[in-house]
Amino acid sequence: MNAAVDSLSATTAPSRETRAAWSLALPALMLFTGVVVIPLAMTVMLSFHDWGQYKGIEPVFILKNWREIASDPYYAEMFLRTFRVAVLATLITAAFGVPEAYILSRMSGRWRGFFLLIILGPLLISVVARTLGWALLFGGNNGVANKLLMSIGLIASPVRFMFTETGMVVALAHAMMPFMVLAVWTALQRTDPQIENAAISLGASPLTVARRIILPQIMPGVLSGAIIVFSLSASAFATPAIIGGRRLKVAATLAYDEFLNTLNWPLGAAIAVLLLVALVLIVVGSNALIERRYAELFR
Amino acid sequence: MRRNGPLALAFHTLFVVVTLAPIVVVCLVAFTPEGFLSIPTTSLSLRWFRAIADYPEFVRAFGTSLWLGALSSFVTLLIAVPAALALARYRFRGREALSALFLSPLMIPHVVLGIAFLRFFTLIGVGGTFLALLIAHVVVVFPFALRLTLAAATGMDRSIEMAAISLGADGFTLFRRVTLPAILPGVISGWALAFIQSFDDLTMTVFLATPGTETLPVRMFLYIQDNIDPLVTSVSASVIAITMTVLVLLDRLYGLDRVLTAKGDVGPQEAP
Repeated sequence: MNAAVDSLSATTAPSRETRAAWSLALPALMLFTGVVVIPLAMTVMLSFHDWGQYKGIEPVFILKNWREIASDPYYAEMFLRTFRVAVLATLITAAFGVPEAYILSRMSGRWRGFFLLIILGPLLISVVARTLGWALLFGGNNGVANKLLMSIGLIASPVRFMFTETGMVVALAHAMMPFMVLAVWTALQRTDPQIENAAISLGASPLTVARRIILPQIMPGVLSGAIIVFSLSASAFATPAIIGGRRLKVAATLAYDEFLNTLNWPLGAAIAVLLLVALVLIVVGSNALIERRYAELFR
Repeated sequence: MRRNGPLALAFHTLFVVVTLAPIVVVCLVAFTPEGFLSIPTTSLSLRWFRAIADYPEFVRAFGTSLWLGALSSFVTLLIAVPAALALARYRFRGREALSALFLSPLMIPHVVLGIAFLRFFTLIGVGGTFLALLIAHVVVVFPFALRLTLAAATGMDRSIEMAAISLGADGFTLFRRVTLPAILPGVISGWALAFIQSFDDLTMTVFLATPGTETLPVRMFLYIQDNIDPLVTSVSASVIAITMTVLVLLDRLYGLDRVLTAKGDVGPQEAP
């Protein structure tokens, strides 16, 4: 680390400012190097170690865990479920979060503040408590959710929510909704209401205004919200564990099982590393696509 | 600006109802007088809140969570405030990389962080201790504290500092009497947000907590995995009440939308 500071000051002419900046940031840099960078590297290494029921972890370099994940269809199915649930949750948050953010932005100041608090507040409430709420609402065939849906005639027979992907998607979409509303709301703040007024005065219908004027302007916000929701949903733990039960595994809950029940740490590490790499690739890739597509808006 | 039509307001009402439904149902069931899960219809009872006291694991976990949250968010500030000042005031090579590194716990799935911490702390021999939990929580809540203090430090008017220096204030006096008071709302909000994040964290903590160092979310999670009864709803209702208190405080002090949208990577030209 000192070497890094030295080489840096050597190339940029040692200014007092640079030295002051690095020394202020030094405690945080040391913490993150020691407790984030090194442990992450160790986890990647761990995924290449061997493990046996009786011998425990053997620090050798083998591809056993990666081969197992690649060859056993159980893991393909599990990762497919993880991403399927995340995509569906993302689509639902977009379908409901975008109109809601638009409605919020058209409210008068005091109401807007009040409802923003109500809609964003759950973000900070314990995810265990929120998921418990969904478990109570779902609760078997006689759950409140089913009774309500049947009484308004939306469904004819009870839907199974507990221990199914349907339940997972609903609870995840609810948990992630504030992120989508927040992203779209932020994008709406930057739009110019005069463009909307101009469209109306030229005779555009409300639907045309929403589709042709508002949506193109907030699309980058919707997409960045979608990226946040997708990556958080794909790595979610509490909701899939409680709603999905012990059988319906996603990446995070399976990694947890390998670590704390089976005790096969190397395999658990391989699952976690694969999840991290997949998410980083997806997030970086889609960010790059969005920035290229909407380059004119970022200028 | 055009007003929302009746259809929009109906949608909005439905949206708010669904948003609140799971939280409200937990709080309602917590007051049931019955011995099983039910929404109270005739009378409200505090029996399940009293029952928490008879379950020492919850009480102990509650204490651990409060203490861990308060301490980790305080330690975080000790490190985050200088780092925020460095990022807000100086343009130096590596500044972007540093800022990305400090915000990385937001990007890395908590399950991956939990695994990395578990492996690391076990190897260096502090696995299962409170110290391990504390360090892990400092890292995980760091980005939240950093973003809010950074926003405050970036938006600060530096001419007051120049005035203090010209009047002969030394470095520490300058920080204590001028800089810190100026960024204090951001610092306190950063502390509160960091506290909530630590108090609520399950995914990372579940890997590190052992029976002696279980936090409340971990205890609740393990309990729910076995069975769901009114006891866990009254515990949840208490947690919700605590979070709401901090939340209203944050909203009054700083504005919840600003807390949640504060960007850590803004330059001085983009004061909040």
